[in-house]
Amino acid sequence: MTTVKLSRRRANGLTLAMTALLVYFVFPLFWLVVASTKTTGDLFSTLGLWFGHDFALVGNIRETFSHNHGEYARWLANTLVYSVVSALGAASLATFAGYGFAQYTFRGRSPMLGLVLGTIMVPTTALAIPTYLLFSKAGLVNTPWAIILPSLVSPFGLFLMWVYARDAVSESMVEAARIDGAGELTIFFRVALRSLAPGFVTVLLFTLVATWNNYFLPLIMLNDPRYYPITVGLSSWAAQAVGGSGSNADLLAAVVTGSLLSIIPLIAAFVLLQRFWQSGLSAGAVKE
Amino acid sequence: MTTITDTVPVAAPASARTGRRGSRARHGNRGYVFVAPFLVCFLLLFLLPLGYAAYLSLFKDRLVGGTVFVGLANYARAVQDPQLIDGVLRVALFFLIQVPIMLAVALFAALAIDSGLLRVASLFRLGIFIPYAVPSVVATLMWGYLYGPDFGPLAQLGDRLGFTAPDLLSSTSMLSSLGNVVTWEFAGYNMIILYAALRTVPADRYEAAAVDGAGAWRTAWHIKIPALRPALLLCLIFSVIGSFQLFAEPNLLQRLAPTVINSSYTPNLYAYRLAFTSQEVNYAAAVSFLLGFVILVVSYVVLFSTSRSRRR
Repeated sequence: MTTVKLSRRRANGLTLAMTALLVYFVFPLFWLVVASTKTTGDLFSTLGLWFGHDFALVGNIRETFSHNHGEYARWLANTLVYSVVSALGAASLATFAGYGFAQYTFRGRSPMLGLVLGTIMVPTTALAIPTYLLFSKAGLVNTPWAIILPSLVSPFGLFLMWVYARDAVSESMVEAARIDGAGELTIFFRVALRSLAPGFVTVLLFTLVATWNNYFLPLIMLNDPRYYPITVGLSSWAAQAVGGSGSNADLLAAVVTGSLLSIIPLIAAFVLLQRFWQSGLSAGAVKE
Repeated sequence: MTTITDTVPVAAPASARTGRRGSRARHGNRGYVFVAPFLVCFLLLFLLPLGYAAYLSLFKDRLVGGTVFVGLANYARAVQDPQLIDGVLRVALFFLIQVPIMLAVALFAALAIDSGLLRVASLFRLGIFIPYAVPSVVATLMWGYLYGPDFGPLAQLGDRLGFTAPDLLSSTSMLSSLGNVVTWEFAGYNMIILYAALRTVPADRYEAAAVDGAGAWRTAWHIKIPALRPALLLCLIFSVIGSFQLFAEPNLLQRLAPTVINSSYTPNLYAYRLAFTSQEVNYAAAVSFLLGFVILVVSYVVLFSTSRSRRR
């Protein structure tokens, strides 16, 4: 009896502590939602934690999309293209190669795998300036390729798929298909891919997030605002909104509203695809 | 067909080894078809840029005489460059303080969600993870406004209630303010890694603990946390990389506090300035390399020290 009471008190304490944590993590987003319903004037004059005098959300959205000939919509479209193409490409390459390294023995397999896995710890930003230097030599800077190409190679994605392919693909089914006379590619697409799908989606999602959120690479690669992704675009707006007053004063509401609109697609993707990223992550986390 | 499927399960333990060797004999180098696309991209987009930058880092642009080979002079300059050293020490301090706090929060949240004591565990899990989907640019803009003196809630409250709110963007509090942004962004991500690892702890270990009469706390301490070692190590390594290449957050807060965050506040800000503002491309390449090297060394120190303490 006492233990039941004790554990209930513990559960309540735990719930309380976790609620505090949840408030901390959700509070800035709540602020963002509230702030994007306010005019720039209300942002300054009313308390940030609750709604202001006017409900200006619709006007703010209109301003966000129409400012400077609708460049926001273009940035959003750029971001979508960059991240979807990068994610599909990176996940396909990693799945293909992970399966190849896991299922076949061939000359040079171990050194090649070791080389790729050894670069997992090479930080992407340490690679960004070298990539910029090479791309400017090759005439690729200030083009969409400058963002997409570097995002295609994910050593960590390969690691994940390699681990995944070793465990998830049924050796006996592959062998059975082989005896039936199926070609190696047919086996991959017809037999193995189904078991690799959760890993594929995981790499897809994480490359998607990484490219969507990337700031350093597009910042150094692109000068032309037409090619900006949403991160660099918002940052350039925010810079104008801080520096200028008067003519740029209204931009602040657009920065805030644009920030809110830009995070909705990814949050929606994570909520809808919960099952996938959770199962895929465990594969990477458990194996050393 | 039926005979094959019938015999496969019986032969499975043996074929795990011989089957693989057999496929090499039969299929020769078919594996290359699968690994080649990745390896070609890896070569062109990973190794080639590194090689090219390594090459560039050995030269120097002189006003007179153009580009000349200087050997390791750029590296010799970098290891004595006070701006670079300051930046590296600053992110090292950041790493030592911010990462333990973030991982403690993540560990606590993961254990709490896994404990079965919470009623709406999935709501907590999702709510704490959500910031990971927010780009660092947006996260920093948000927190920057929250910290700020103009319409930050803290400053507003101070204004109304008549106290002076602490300046969260001053030189003394900037590193903590940055740490708060990074913790907010990534604690949930680490929590998910740890939580996913917890789900794979075999149930019989819990049963054994329950038979021994261990409560939730003792189970967490004696069974769950030891089982989380590899996952914690993974989080730690990711955090080394994240801390040492800090860029977006200080880059954006710089606008709000230009006198506090200078252009060499973190090594990456410095490399960025070298390459794009002062056009010292060769030196920037050397600095990038050195930074990558520092990160590798710290990662391996972390790996080595944790694996040694495990053996003990």
